[in-house]
Amino acid sequence: MPLLQVKNLEVSFALRNGSVKALQDINFSVERGDRIGIVGESGAGKSVLGFSILNLISRPGSITNGEVLFEGRNLANLPAEELRNIRGNRISMIFQDPMMTLNPVLTIGTQMIECLKAHRQITDENARKIAIQKLQQVYIPSPETRLDQYPHELSGGMRQRIVIAISLLMDPEIIIADEPTTALDVTIQAEIMELILELCERNDVALIMITHDLGVISQITKQLFVMYAGRIIEQGPTKEIINDAQHPYTQGLINALPQMTVRGERLQQIRGSMPSLNDSLTGCAFNPRCDHAEDICTETLPSYTASGGCKVACHLVEKMKNQEVLS
Amino acid sequence: MNDKVNTPILEIKNLHKRFSISGDFFDQLQFKDGKIRRHREYVHATNGVSLDVMQGESLCLVGESGCGKSTVARLVMGLEHPTEGSIHYRGTRIDTLKANRQIMPYRKKMQMIFQNPYASLNPRMTINDTLTEPVNIHNPDWDNIQIQEKVQEVMLSVGIDPSWGKRFPHEFSGGQRQRISIARALAVDPEFIVADEPISALDVSIQAQVLNLMMDAQKERGLTYLFITHDLSVVEHFGSRVAVMYLGTLCEVSSSQQLFDQPRHPYTQALLSAIPKLTDNRSSHIKLSGEVPTPVNLPTGCVFHGRCPHANSRCKAEVPELISIEGAQVACHAIEEGRL
Repeated sequence: MPLLQVKNLEVSFALRNGSVKALQDINFSVERGDRIGIVGESGAGKSVLGFSILNLISRPGSITNGEVLFEGRNLANLPAEELRNIRGNRISMIFQDPMMTLNPVLTIGTQMIECLKAHRQITDENARKIAIQKLQQVYIPSPETRLDQYPHELSGGMRQRIVIAISLLMDPEIIIADEPTTALDVTIQAEIMELILELCERNDVALIMITHDLGVISQITKQLFVMYAGRIIEQGPTKEIINDAQHPYTQGLINALPQMTVRGERLQQIRGSMPSLNDSLTGCAFNPRCDHAEDICTETLPSYTASGGCKVACHLVEKMKNQEVLS
Repeated sequence: MNDKVNTPILEIKNLHKRFSISGDFFDQLQFKDGKIRRHREYVHATNGVSLDVMQGESLCLVGESGCGKSTVARLVMGLEHPTEGSIHYRGTRIDTLKANRQIMPYRKKMQMIFQNPYASLNPRMTINDTLTEPVNIHNPDWDNIQIQEKVQEVMLSVGIDPSWGKRFPHEFSGGQRQRISIARALAVDPEFIVADEPISALDVSIQAQVLNLMMDAQKERGLTYLFITHDLSVVEHFGSRVAVMYLGTLCEVSSSQQLFDQPRHPYTQALLSAIPKLTDNRSSHIKLSGEVPTPVNLPTGCVFHGRCPHANSRCKAEVPELISIEGAQVACHAIEEGRL
């Protein structure tokens, strides 16, 4: 049995003029030690997916359909008490902005010990020891003094390390990282990514990494999900997708990166922008921006087609492949 | 464009900017050893930046957050005044101009595009009003028809339908808004545009659209860009020359091709190796020890010495000057001495 299994997940937000589906038909499973990347542009629903795994969707949003199975228990309808035992304990989360995640009026130590004491019967002294040990794991120099400092006394990279140390406190099985390096500079980003990778490998933790940066994800993850307008449109081994993307959107996304074009040439762009979830679109959500779109794309929703090790939600995968072979 | 490339349109000479962080006069007073003393602290945002921007080029200014790159942009545009040093536009010193009458001609020639299109467009003005205002101010003798023609022309040139002019900024997506702010900059037919992180608030597929638009505008209008960014992968594509900044000083200035093929300064090397690339598997990036020091108490000598793997005692004591090596300019003792 997989560690975590998401089945037919659907998340809706109830608005004044009807409800909007932020996620639809999400299916995947996570095994111990997996490293999964979720990419997409803003509004694709990738953060909502991360939050919904721990049932952190707040009103007016809610999980309206489907299951999130963790050890056979459905997190989508677990009582708050039991959920609290899992959040931060078995499954922990790293958020985007370390400035916002740490409480500015509490010392680092207080925040770490609080987390430990919430989940375990433990003395302050022992909790402090564990906290120091975790800070050492994320290579924070002189952890004893850091424990008595406040978040504002630390730099952005240092703060994100603290957040990672907190997420490791209870030795979780799964870590969900929602854009962990977006707020950081490139040199710091490279360090933090390396750290996350090392910690996951060493502790055999499953990682679900949410980001808009294909470069970051291609270096860290083994599996890749590409999201568009609330659905996973392509999923499979990261290498396979990066080297040979099947869905026109994924192809566009990769080709739009400046490194894919000859210096000084025009970049390859995807025209238009992502539809608002309010717009009622029939068929494939990408069809207004797609260069290959045919009648069928505007009429029916594509189901997954297997292509190599990947699953692609596109009507035209087979056809485009045949054309490639012919040309 | 060929012969024009060699004349600087903008010259920045030894630019210093300090920001006081010790509050007003009374905040600065401190009681120490039985005496009242005035104690002042400054953030040293730029420290002796000298840079020429050539006619028709796109010069990219790169660096990590807090390195002073946006301050340079704001100083060039006259939004801040330098503490020391000077800025010349086509030979005329512009940083000391005070009277509005003297500044106005330069405002028309130099325009700025800001980072966040959600904050840089007035939410209570329609797109048409936003675009009409600069045209109106800079062309007081134009009649209404001429102005509207101009506005329509720029809207078309950035791919915004002129019939959307009555709409407000909130009705547009991020990419469209950034197009509108580009249109606003282009509306007065400038020669020189300072773009401060114009694409960092946008999604990848939209970034490509906006970059293409900026490159098209450059070709059509013969624009010169000073492009501020932290994203090196964009620089490689967009910039003809690159200036790398660290903690308020320039480390390296060279052509974009040369910089990416053969980075010289240890900081540039580390910065380039940190870009996540699709192709290589595991990053072989150069690890920098430590953090960026604060610009309040600048390190002595080379500002990078604390994190540099090649630093020696000279680097700690003596500030390196930009020296020319094979067409590139680098500020590093190790390179000067041939250690690197």
